[in-house]
Amino acid sequence: MSLRRTAAIVLRQYYLLRGSPTRVLPLFVWVSVDIILWGLITRYLNSVASAGIDFVPALLGAVLLWDFFIRVMQGVTTAFFEDVWSRSLLNVFGSPIKISEYVGGLVISGIATSSAGLVVMQILASTIFGLSFFKYGAALLPFLMVLFLFGIALGVTGSAIVLRFGPSAEWLIWPIPALLSPFAAVYYPLAALPMWMRLVARLLPPSYVFEGVRKIVGGHGEYDLGSLGTGLAAGAGLGVLYILLAGAFFTRIYKQAVRTGLIARYSAESLS
Amino acid sequence: MGLLGPNGAGKTTIVSVILGVLDPTAGEVRIAGESLTANRSRALGYTNFAAVYASLPGNLTVYENLRFFGMLYEVENLSRRIEEALDAFGLKRFRDAKCGVLSSGEQTRVSLAKALLNRPRLLLLDEPTASLDPSTARDIREMIRAFVANSGGGVLWTSHNMYEVEDVCDRVLFLSRGRILLEGDPKALPRQHGKTTFEELFISIAREPLALERI
Repeated sequence: MSLRRTAAIVLRQYYLLRGSPTRVLPLFVWVSVDIILWGLITRYLNSVASAGIDFVPALLGAVLLWDFFIRVMQGVTTAFFEDVWSRSLLNVFGSPIKISEYVGGLVISGIATSSAGLVVMQILASTIFGLSFFKYGAALLPFLMVLFLFGIALGVTGSAIVLRFGPSAEWLIWPIPALLSPFAAVYYPLAALPMWMRLVARLLPPSYVFEGVRKIVGGHGEYDLGSLGTGLAAGAGLGVLYILLAGAFFTRIYKQAVRTGLIARYSAESLS
Repeated sequence: MGLLGPNGAGKTTIVSVILGVLDPTAGEVRIAGESLTANRSRALGYTNFAAVYASLPGNLTVYENLRFFGMLYEVENLSRRIEEALDAFGLKRFRDAKCGVLSSGEQTRVSLAKALLNRPRLLLLDEPTASLDPSTARDIREMIRAFVANSGGGVLWTSHNMYEVEDVCDRVLFLSRGRILLEGDPKALPRQHGKTTFEELFISIAREPLALERI
């Protein structure tokens, strides 16, 4: 594995971001709008709800983490889409780069761009609405890690789907987080879901994250560390499993594309 | 080595197979003795390519493209190689220009600069001078000749310009429907087949490939 070739993919993404405000702004603008919108909603809910209930950490915190997850996924897929948009798949895949190096570059690009978004969201949430995740310190890291893992897995899967079905399939990829959000129990406890949706939720790593966050903020600092740890471990385990499956899926799609000649004739969208 | 044939003969397919972006239906590709199947990354490290249908990302500058692809090919002393390539292909004044705003000839020069960055032992050129004016095309041919003279690398060149093929190639392969119909020295082949020019030979083979297949 060549770190230099992986770094090339990341450097290319940096070059594109550096020279393009239209790429930089979406990293911050939409998450900022979400934080302000939901911050104001939570503030309003606090004013009409019974005294003692604080919606800010539960609801705004959930929005922040969910937006972060979306940024991770889109950071990976967007880095891949850059090759689709600039029609450079042939130049890239005709070079010595290995699939693991290429996907590794996409993942690092996604981590970098989503981390930038996370910082902006945290600054806005803490300065305007008094929500600071820093008070949870290192305890927050496992939650972020689970979201990272699943975001990367979905990003790689989305890239594979676009590689298989062509540029127009990117419109199948953007709504994936919205399709998953009802099952991930972002804004409500798992118990609020019907049984069949709860079963699906158990297969989604973010559901463990948001259940855990609700336990922490709802318990006002008191929570069962054992059950929290078990939930996060399950989420992390699923996240790792999905990353492995996503990597295998991308490799399979790539090999199929080489077998059918799809990369050489990508604009045809399907050659199988 | 010139790879010739009418449209649909299989020239680009062969280039795609050598680049590892299309599996062969049979046989094996070896580049500098390295199997493409067994060690794709190392085999492709010995090669590079430029094709009229594979322009470099237009949203990166000339320098950024050369840096990006130089890293993909793990070129040593990359900064120095980029400066040499910019100089050799007259691209210094376009260094910070986005490739997408360059003319066809300038883009071709950038593609060739990228293709020669790693001093490939096998250079694949798929119609490198298509859509170029005769003067620019001649400059490009001279640059490729200089590369061959200085590095000793081999070049597989597809073109529909018979004058160009006769001028630059030591050997040619005529393809039709994926099969080699004829091979030899482009300067000697017309006489051997009773034709006066290379273009005349090409036209006769393209129109009646079955006649040669029976030979």
